[in-house]
Amino acid sequence: MGEPGTKEVLSLEELEASVGLRTGRKHILSILVENKPGVLTRIAGLFARRGFNIDTLAVGPTDDPTLSRITLTLDGAMHPIDQVTKQLHKLVNVIKIRDLEPTETVARELALFKVSADGSTRAEVMQMVEIFRGKIIDVSKRSVIIEVTGSFDKIEAFERMVRPFGLIEMARTGEIAISRGRGET
Amino acid sequence: MRAVDAIMECLKAEGVDVVFGYPGGANLPTYDAFVDAGIRHVLVRHEAGGGHAAEGYAKASGRVGVVFATSGPGATNIVTPLTDAMMDSVPLVAFTGQVRTELLGTDGFQEADTFGITMPIVKHSFVIQHPTEIPRVVHEAFHIARTGRPGPVLIDIPQDLSRAEIDYQPVEDVHLPGYQPTLDGNSKQIRLAAKALANARRPVLYAGGGVISAQASEELTELARSGNFPVTCTLMGLGAFPAPDQQWLGMLGMHGTRAANYAMDEADLIVAIGARFDDRITGKLSEFAPRAKFIHIDIDPAEISKNVPAHIPIVGDAKRILARLVGEYRALEPDAARLTGWWERIEHWRSQHPLRYDDSADSEIKPQYLVEALYKATNDGDCILSSDVGQHQMWAAQYFHFKGPRRWINSGGLGTMGFGLPAAIGAAIACPDVPSVLLTGDGSFQMNIQELGTAKQFDVPVKCVIMDNGYLGMVRQWQELFWDRRYSNVEMGSYPDWVKLAEAYGAHGVLLQDKTTLVEDLRTALATPGPVVVDVKVTREENTYPMIAPGAAAREMVG
Repeated sequence: MGEPGTKEVLSLEELEASVGLRTGRKHILSILVENKPGVLTRIAGLFARRGFNIDTLAVGPTDDPTLSRITLTLDGAMHPIDQVTKQLHKLVNVIKIRDLEPTETVARELALFKVSADGSTRAEVMQMVEIFRGKIIDVSKRSVIIEVTGSFDKIEAFERMVRPFGLIEMARTGEIAISRGRGET
Repeated sequence: MRAVDAIMECLKAEGVDVVFGYPGGANLPTYDAFVDAGIRHVLVRHEAGGGHAAEGYAKASGRVGVVFATSGPGATNIVTPLTDAMMDSVPLVAFTGQVRTELLGTDGFQEADTFGITMPIVKHSFVIQHPTEIPRVVHEAFHIARTGRPGPVLIDIPQDLSRAEIDYQPVEDVHLPGYQPTLDGNSKQIRLAAKALANARRPVLYAGGGVISAQASEELTELARSGNFPVTCTLMGLGAFPAPDQQWLGMLGMHGTRAANYAMDEADLIVAIGARFDDRITGKLSEFAPRAKFIHIDIDPAEISKNVPAHIPIVGDAKRILARLVGEYRALEPDAARLTGWWERIEHWRSQHPLRYDDSADSEIKPQYLVEALYKATNDGDCILSSDVGQHQMWAAQYFHFKGPRRWINSGGLGTMGFGLPAAIGAAIACPDVPSVLLTGDGSFQMNIQELGTAKQFDVPVKCVIMDNGYLGMVRQWQELFWDRRYSNVEMGSYPDWVKLAEAYGAHGVLLQDKTTLVEDLRTALATPGPVVVDVKVTREENTYPMIAPGAAAREMVG
């Protein structure tokens, strides 16, 4: 017993800090909220105020009419995700937040593409649609509207493939997600 | 009964004895209900005064402050107090009138999107859509305002819904599935914190306003005593630990003491309790307390690791956690001798760098001397001292000693000039048995000067001491230090004549400019019944020191 000390020794050096986590990957947050006035504004306002960037956002009803689910994706390289979720939890109307594990999650997005397709390219476009298991839902003389459902990456890939034919416009819903297995998201 | 009468019943059920407010078109039904409600209503002269008075009431008493305002301009006038209450975690419930539902969204007379405007500055808000939900919403608002990390809650009520007939049933309990604050800290973490403290050689307890909100001053003091730990407090935490005291280092941060800031700089373990590592505390973040590990106790999980990463985070109520931490710490039977060297170091700083100023050789009153004189004249601080924002606020924090919690009321986070007078009125109403003294500046005082009328009409004996230098002193100081003394719009002149102004309001006014009789003159003024305005002419260009320049590190303190 050289130095004065206490019987249970804990070296302060051993302590590690929980530094704001920047994971570097995309995060999908599934947020269960009460259907109350202004909920979406509160969440959007919080993100704007704290300088968090939302990549995609999708809102819709759940099996319970008093609740809605907000699915939003954000970049874990730009934001400490734990700070984002802790701030969200402070909103009184937010019931539950899940930061979905990519491997344990099924995520889908729906996209509509309006693509130039005259007689000469139509067959080629249709072939692309088939490969991506999309659907042509509207046809006019010089264009088609295509519906594609899939993961974020699949939609991105399809966009790259059809762009050379003349992408007139595109609309995407943003991903919605649900966890795999029996348990609730 | 009418929904507005139900509101009165709810207020009584919440134990509200006094509210602050201002009537207008959209909240006429509410004001009709006040006639028979038996609730004391203090009519302020501006809604901002009402909001700050409710804050002062809440800060002095620990109860929820209540403010009423009408729609449109009434509501926008409480935006500042709501923001102030949000920043300083003050429990407040604000009722705003709103135009009739049929006019909503039509830019009707005195219509403003109060719900939208206030959304970022409240803990929570409600917009009433059906009159039957009013009683439940009122109780939910009080529950949210006072529990967890306290804060302001707003209820916006369209005029037609407020006068509707409802079947009022008392609300027994509130159910908020998305709002369940954690109160008990994690036992494993508390044990780990005790061990860390027992093994620290250079520990510091760093306490903030959260200790006062949690009524945890006794537990903080006990923890400090149990291990002979040095204690420093933030501006908001002053009074959480009794000052002066052997273990008291003084306030820390931009205008804190060198002992407190140097101790933080050299500490190996810092226990932050109900404090949020504001930039006025940390200075340059990358050089803040570079040798320290952090235990962070806070009821708001979002504060933990927000600015400074915590090594031992403990989420919960400070009172409960500190009580258990004391027990765990004592059980370890730590060796008290391990802090001998640390205290020697602290004593060295204290003796080398006490708070000091060059006093005048003549009868001129130095502002620091005024604070010391006020401390003496109040029998060593036997009062609730409110302040405004600026140099006088910092000098009060440095030279006035606060022996207990809720004796120091000021605007910390938002730094709201004009806060002081209404807050001092609210404090006087909350605690009628304790003298309510305001130390203000000639700039700040004019920002809500109209509340002298409130003080006179409702016979609130608030004693207002103006540290009068004819300047916006803190801005002038920054222009002197950081902008080459190019003074821009900081000279206020000697207007108004404060004694005449006080008399115009029916208050007692007195002008003091002689140092030699100052303590006695202040005593006489404080003993004068009713509202009193004391104009004290002080040295015009005096700087608040010591100081850590914005963005600088603690080691670089000047003055």
